[in-house]
Amino acid sequence: MIVTLWGTRGSLATPGAATTRYGGNTSCASVYGPDGTVLVLDAGTGIRPLGMALPRSLRRVDICLTHLHLDHIQGLGFFAPLYNPAVEVHIWGPASTTLSLRDRLMRYLSPPLFPIRLRELPCQLSLHETPCADFTIGEFRIASALICHPGPTVGYRITTADATLAYVTDHEPALGVPEFPLGGEWTSGYDLAAEADLLIHDAQYSSEEYAQYVGWGHSSLQHAIAFAALARVQQVVLFHHDPGHTDQDIDRLTAEAIAATRPTFAVTPGAEGCVFELGSR
Amino acid sequence: MAQQEIEVILIRQLASYLAMPIVIVNSIGTLLFYNEPAEQLVAMRFEETGEMPEDEWANALMLTDEHDMPIAPEASPLVIALHERRPAHRAMWSQGPDGVRRHVEVTAFPLIGQAGRALGAVAIFWEVKHV
Repeated sequence: MIVTLWGTRGSLATPGAATTRYGGNTSCASVYGPDGTVLVLDAGTGIRPLGMALPRSLRRVDICLTHLHLDHIQGLGFFAPLYNPAVEVHIWGPASTTLSLRDRLMRYLSPPLFPIRLRELPCQLSLHETPCADFTIGEFRIASALICHPGPTVGYRITTADATLAYVTDHEPALGVPEFPLGGEWTSGYDLAAEADLLIHDAQYSSEEYAQYVGWGHSSLQHAIAFAALARVQQVVLFHHDPGHTDQDIDRLTAEAIAATRPTFAVTPGAEGCVFELGSR
Repeated sequence: MAQQEIEVILIRQLASYLAMPIVIVNSIGTLLFYNEPAEQLVAMRFEETGEMPEDEWANALMLTDEHDMPIAPEASPLVIALHERRPAHRAMWSQGPDGVRRHVEVTAFPLIGQAGRALGAVAIFWEVKHV
């Protein structure tokens, strides 16, 4: 599978000279399967350039939303396939305890927040609620599970015959754990990430910042690396960068986190345009 | 060992911070965790006992009512919350391995997760102080 990052920023899009290398678009990644299946992870502002880059011949695309905070859905209304009647768009994401996924999405995709209503979108739209039993999209086998973040939030584990990607962003597994991490049994997101070839994980804060924002649902870079070590992944991408972090900040914080944790696997700060090829196909 | 459900992880973390004695069991009745205040009440240490199946923890304490009559395990609030999926509360006397009888009130409630998943039950103990 081929994984491309289209938006790596958390909370708020931050275009500008200080964020040109890691990017200013909010969370979005694409996953191409060996047989051409296209999966989109989250619909932050990065989904707009992704939509423009998709082949015109595409007839189905699946969007897996982790949750419905604005930085993960803000780009949805600007995703070109939504306006193509020839395309099936399947959106997967969490309901709340009282509202369906459709009702929750309609809050954003309706006036006054957005001029076009969900039901007016020309594409062939289907909605599916997660977490749910494992499901298959083309050559992808997908597992979903609730993870630790305010409000219903899911992570995804995407598997092909020879590769596994874990997408676990907006995740605070260290919440309430004095000496993080505990074992896998008592760590949020562990089953999703265990032994993945690539883990894309929340790394919004420095350790000092995390101490000020405990309970906000995000991780420090060191926590992200410790979680990756616990899950025995091959590589971790630090994702969901704080909007206040410049490219230079991310370079420095990554170097400091690596020096403090000494990981035995690759640690890569997520940058817009980064491509990861997993498996042999 | 497979990861616990997120709601169970979160309630264990919360319990580990609270000063009230709290016991958590999963949907099949396995005792998953009791916090430090509960350790004092049941006169056992979680680090030593670890998880316990229902038939073991349900008989670990001798429970009696105000007339000193035994309370059957199935009449305890935690077992009611677990199997009948409703909240339960009662006052009772509890005697653990240390032989000390403690007057407690117990409130138990079923743990219902997202999408209505039955995840187990939680009991909170209130020790009644006699002055």
